[in-house]
Amino acid sequence: MVRPQPPTPRRRVPGRRVPVALFVPAGLGLLFLVLPLVGLLARAPWATLPQRLAAPGVLAALRLSLLTATVATAVCVVLGVPLAWLLSRVEFPGRRLVRALVTVPLVLPPVVGGVALLLVFGRRGLLGGWLDATFGVTLPFTTAGVVLAEAFVAMPFLVIAMEGALRGADTRYEEAAATLGAGRWTTFTHVTLPLVAPGVAAGAVLCWARALGEFGATITFAGNFPGRTQTMPLAVYLALETDLEAAIVLSLVLLTVSVAILAGLRERWTAAP
Amino acid sequence: MRRPPAALAAAVVLLLAAGCNGPGAGGDGAGGRLTVLAAASLTESFTRLGAEFEAAHPGTTVTLSFAGSAALATQINQGAPADVFAAASPDTMRTVTDAGDADGEPVTVARNQLVIAVPEGNPRRVAGLADLTRPGVKVALCAEQVPCGAAARTALGAAGVALTPVTLERDVKGALSKVRLGEVDAALVYRTDATAAASDVDAVEFPESARAVNDYPVVVLRRAGNPAAAREFVAYVRSERGRAALTAAGFQPPPA
Repeated sequence: MVRPQPPTPRRRVPGRRVPVALFVPAGLGLLFLVLPLVGLLARAPWATLPQRLAAPGVLAALRLSLLTATVATAVCVVLGVPLAWLLSRVEFPGRRLVRALVTVPLVLPPVVGGVALLLVFGRRGLLGGWLDATFGVTLPFTTAGVVLAEAFVAMPFLVIAMEGALRGADTRYEEAAATLGAGRWTTFTHVTLPLVAPGVAAGAVLCWARALGEFGATITFAGNFPGRTQTMPLAVYLALETDLEAAIVLSLVLLTVSVAILAGLRERWTAAP
Repeated sequence: MRRPPAALAAAVVLLLAAGCNGPGAGGDGAGGRLTVLAAASLTESFTRLGAEFEAAHPGTTVTLSFAGSAALATQINQGAPADVFAAASPDTMRTVTDAGDADGEPVTVARNQLVIAVPEGNPRRVAGLADLTRPGVKVALCAEQVPCGAAARTALGAAGVALTPVTLERDVKGALSKVRLGEVDAALVYRTDATAAASDVDAVEFPESARAVNDYPVVVLRRAGNPAAAREFVAYVRSERGRAALTAAGFQPPPA
């Protein structure tokens, strides 16, 4: 069966005529975001790049960064999606306060966040002492500590993106599911989640990107030790102390890998109907 | 290529300086605004010296900016407007002099030595470097890329102690704060940092620290907007009163 392909003028034509009033600031905005990257590329030591990439520690730091950012994002999804659902779907007293509290890690300077985490999960912390005495678990200076620090800083990005998606979603589908006999859990997993899947994905990407670039809370809470807690941003910072070019190389590695992964994922998601 | 920004920065400094010189400002010798970039470990002593210098030179405003020496050196090489640079090591100073950003030779104004910082009361009874390798003793060092880490490495090497720290901190204050928070049992920090934190930590001296002494060079910068005041400030740091402030902070006098 041959279906005639309709001519495809994408909806309305005016979209093509970009108003100058938008085009100019948009272009400036893009330039502003991209120029620092150009600066890095311009100063990159291209001639010695292969040797520098092979330097010990680069691969270990990259691997640790990707691992911890991914695990931190998983933690954020598991805890943050239900939290966003709670904030958008359930009326409860103090909801506005809770919503404001969720943004605390965004406002807090990450180094302060790291100190705050130490005060709770550190050896003498509110929970840390108990964790150590009961389970023999200490989080500072461990890879798990890196994940914790990254999740703390990155979770608000997921929750806020996700909550926006949930508020924008049409609740009539959920109501229809409920009238058809679906329980709350089934409605959540079979109706709500698929409905806001793009929101979850966008939130997870933001969360992952933030976790990948995390520096302040990580070095404060988890410390810095190659192979165990030294992620790429920490390696970049320390390289900057002695060797600007090494720091640029490390930054470019981090940027290239993260942009490649994000572009790859976006392709997959936008390809979905 | 770097000329225009530098000229612009100098112009900004001059404008600011002009703005500061209100009608009340006296015209004797150096006046106006003086910007001093100093290593983080000089925070306590230079804050005091800055205030004293202002009091001794009415009409002069001293702006102090403290950060890691290497970060400051990078800022200077990139054209940050400043008059005086005080570094925590000759190596970082060299990045500034090599780039031709210094005016004259740096002078050493103080020396600093490492101590073992332990929580108040020294609960682990740490008496020397060898005690830091005891099982269960958590130690924070500075990363080798920063001066205190290089000094720690030299001192440990001199003592023949092989030590695995739990963390290599980005600066000496980071290592110290891990002791203050009780996350580690000991850290190798400068005596000046331990002195500044004397309410929370005790300092354990160890003989090998004499092998890893850090010199603090100070220099007037080539692009100084206020070179006259900059020279006077350096002279003030080297004066009897300057030395007193540095000694009170835990520094040792420079070699004669």
